[in-house]
Amino acid sequence: MEQAAGQRVEGQTHPIGVYLKVWGLLFVLSTLSYLVDYFHFHGYLRWSLIIVFMMLKAGLIVSVFMHLQWERLVLRYVVLLPPLLLLVLVALMVFESDYVLLTRSTGG
Amino acid sequence: MAHQVEGEGWQGIVGDLSADRKAFRNVPWGKAMMWLFLLSDTFVFGCFLTSYMSVRMSTTVAWPNPSEVFALTIGGAHIPLILIAIMTFVLISSSGTMAMAVNFAYRRDRARTAALMLATAVLGATFVGMQAFEWTKLISEGVRPWANPFGAAQFGSTFFMITGFHGLHVSAGVIYLSIVAFKVSRGVYERKGNYQIVEIAGLYWHFVDLVWVFIFAFFYLW
Repeated sequence: MEQAAGQRVEGQTHPIGVYLKVWGLLFVLSTLSYLVDYFHFHGYLRWSLIIVFMMLKAGLIVSVFMHLQWERLVLRYVVLLPPLLLLVLVALMVFESDYVLLTRSTGG
Repeated sequence: MAHQVEGEGWQGIVGDLSADRKAFRNVPWGKAMMWLFLLSDTFVFGCFLTSYMSVRMSTTVAWPNPSEVFALTIGGAHIPLILIAIMTFVLISSSGTMAMAVNFAYRRDRARTAALMLATAVLGATFVGMQAFEWTKLISEGVRPWANPFGAAQFGSTFFMITGFHGLHVSAGVIYLSIVAFKVSRGVYERKGNYQIVEIAGLYWHFVDLVWVFIFAFFYLW
């Protein structure tokens, strides 16, 4: 209640144009990532394009639609830093999966 | 847009976390709790996608080509991955209408807020409907969690688990948004003088869209 008249209410009022622009950008980026598949790009070109478009889309959604760029720095770090730990899990599982594949393909 | 309160940057972080009061100055508790829930949900989906990576990397059988598996023949033309592309556009549009609903809520525009939230819920329901169509199609083609006619058996198990869990989130979001939209139109938040719930519900909805961005990239395009 006490925030109702305070800074919060005006805090997340941005021009509608911002959202429309981001919406348009997300459409363009989604079309581009679809075209990656449509034109049958392969190998590292395909994977890097997919990752780039994915990160751009994720960044736009989190920073503008979810207003994270206008939030307090501590909230931004609390939200954005812990998911980086997943990269440790991914790295571990890459080693594990390579090993499993090795044992499977050598008929062990 | 910077908040004019003492302690920005690192000093602000230390101040917020060490102060003997609630952390996150000026952040409503409901919003902070939603962010923490979404953080935990990030780990759930992160684990799902990582397990998908593991089984896909370690299988000796060729992985089915998603481009072909999810292709549709529309009017005689064979278009790869088209259903998933349309689903992506539907979900992004729902995020757009949701973002504008939050904006109108803070402007105290009750009618537009409720209408945009309902539009978001309808687009979300459309997404779930298309997903039901996709599941039906794959199941009729013989895709099961334990086997499928296209290649590695793990394709079915990860597909049903990941898209199923995501679809569950979308369905829950549709219900959540419908309830909040109903209460907005009845003027419940107008009387309270507090429209934060719209932004909090919006956070959940954008997160569902965000997860789809990763599923689209890693499961359908990779």
